[in-house]
Amino acid sequence: MFNLTNVVMEMNGEMDANGGRRTIMQIRDLKKVFNGTVVAVDGVTFDVYEGEIFGFLGPNGAGKTTTISMLTTLLRPTSGTATVCGFDILKEPNEVRKRIGVVPQEYTADEDLTGYENIMFCADLYGIPRRISRERADELLRLVELEVAKDRKVETYSGGMRRRLELACGLINHPRVLFLDEPTLGLDVQTRAAVWQYIRKLKEEYGMTLFLTTHYLEEADALCDRIAIIDHGKIVKIGSPKELKDSLGGDVIELGVQESDDDLTPLISSVQHVKEVKRVSPSEYRIKSELGEVTAPMVIDALRSKGYRVNKISLTRPTLDQVYLELTGKSIREENGDRTQAMRQRMIMRRARS
Amino acid sequence: MSDLTTAEANKNLVQPAGGIPAPGDKSNSTIISSSPYHGLWALTNRELKKWYKNPVILLLSLIQPVLWLGLFGKAMNFGAIFTDGAFSIPGLNIPKEIINQLGTMLMLNVFGTTDYFSFLAVGMLSFIVLFTAMFSGMSIVWDRRLGTLNKVMSTPVARGSIVMSKILSSVIRSLVQASIILVLAVLLGMNISNITAIGVLGTFASLALLSFGFSAIFLMLALRSTNQNTQMAVVNLLNLPLLFGSNALFPASFMPEWLQAFVKINPISYATDIGRQMLLGAGGMGTLAFDFAYLTAFAAAFSIVGIMLSWRLLTK
Repeated sequence: MFNLTNVVMEMNGEMDANGGRRTIMQIRDLKKVFNGTVVAVDGVTFDVYEGEIFGFLGPNGAGKTTTISMLTTLLRPTSGTATVCGFDILKEPNEVRKRIGVVPQEYTADEDLTGYENIMFCADLYGIPRRISRERADELLRLVELEVAKDRKVETYSGGMRRRLELACGLINHPRVLFLDEPTLGLDVQTRAAVWQYIRKLKEEYGMTLFLTTHYLEEADALCDRIAIIDHGKIVKIGSPKELKDSLGGDVIELGVQESDDDLTPLISSVQHVKEVKRVSPSEYRIKSELGEVTAPMVIDALRSKGYRVNKISLTRPTLDQVYLELTGKSIREENGDRTQAMRQRMIMRRARS
Repeated sequence: MSDLTTAEANKNLVQPAGGIPAPGDKSNSTIISSSPYHGLWALTNRELKKWYKNPVILLLSLIQPVLWLGLFGKAMNFGAIFTDGAFSIPGLNIPKEIINQLGTMLMLNVFGTTDYFSFLAVGMLSFIVLFTAMFSGMSIVWDRRLGTLNKVMSTPVARGSIVMSKILSSVIRSLVQASIILVLAVLLGMNISNITAIGVLGTFASLALLSFGFSAIFLMLALRSTNQNTQMAVVNLLNLPLLFGSNALFPASFMPEWLQAFVKINPISYATDIGRQMLLGAGGMGTLAFDFAYLTAFAAAFSIVGIMLSWRLLTK
């Protein structure tokens, strides 16, 4: 308990170091235990800064949706605290609800109603006066390009259109934080790209903070300002995609030289940015370095100046996949390795959540 | 102790972010009404729209009571047992007038009215209310399964409004359906000699109260449920006992004592009793005042419990 206070104090100090960015969400030791035994979220602590896109990555059952459910006041945490826009999720849930938008994993729009009716329904839930909500609904439907289809029943919409409608509904109250739970799940590649384009456009338009979970590492890499990787209910790593990738030790340069008995390791090590050199074979070296694209030519120059010829070179940049693999011990695509176990876990979780 | 410090520190730290909007942030223009009832009508209206935009469901839901009314009400022609030449006892020459007189008296005595069809028609009004209320729980199960419930709960709408809207929409649907049944019953020959405007209003008020109570009960049963099959099973288990354990189909005086005791606590009996007194001018099992008081208590008690449970059960 006491070190919690310290964490907060430290955070205060870190504010300036973060380029003056304000903290919009503070999550402190948040924990959720279902039925007294299933630990879904095991004490997570992190901050989300105003205006950033914060990504939550992790395998199925890692606790992503449970965390989002707690932050959006749908689930009560077993212990721990969190504030969203300065309001405690337990003490002032209604103040939180007024300031957030939620785009859930499921398609929640009513199939029997039209797109326009659905968005107006959302507006009414927030108590937005008709005069304003009509204007906003038109504006949002234009932004997600559903104007033409707005008077059609939602049952005639495609997956991408429904996703866009959900986005528009989630934005009707002009939220300060928008929660997106797997916003591109089950969509094909092109639709995914389009949905992301809308999300980015909407973010620019409304200048809000985005908190999202996703399965797609490339997306997280390309879009998120910061990423938290969660596994077994715990945050294993948090940072910008670059930081996460750099944590693997930087780029890998593989070098082939004309065979010689000289060990070139000391020479290569002396080059700037080089962190680690390993002689794989008499003619092959494996170099870990930062800024690989700058370092590689410098290594070549250094070797040439001593009369060695480089005849092969390759540069590999670490991907988020590798980070993920290293941290969670499994590739995001192969996470259902033990299918029965995964299935049982999902069933437990589903039942526990209901 | 340190908890408090943390909370305060959090406040101090984050409050400015809540107060000063960033440039380009339009959230400060958000206008949110402070009424705790905002959204109640939106939620109710959504349910109703789904209903009236799909007339097939309305028609289907009317078929059953109309069938009962037509088959049961017309076939069970109790009055005919005692009318002209319905029976004769060999060796005794009873004048027809006496048999008719006897029949009328028997009918009035047992059913409170001279024809069974009218008796049953009023019972059918309670029947349609009960059936509509029973299925009101289903929509919350669907909303939960489809994620709509979570979506609604992430908005500042009052938790009680979520349950209340389902009750209200069920009440409105019941009353519309009951009106249609009443019109059909009149067309099929229901006795209207005693109908007054006040009688109709009173009857519908009693039906509204009945619907309130039953809708609240069946919604409560569904609050935590994710499985519509369980809900269906509960509905099937309860519908016939509730209907036959009331005076909707037969007068309580027909029944064994233990069943009469159940009829006396079954709210359906009271709504039906009000209907028979106010629409048919029949003698009832209790005074109108007592019937209304009973139904009001029933509706109020279960609506309040329903709303209280929704605070507890909707958020986990």
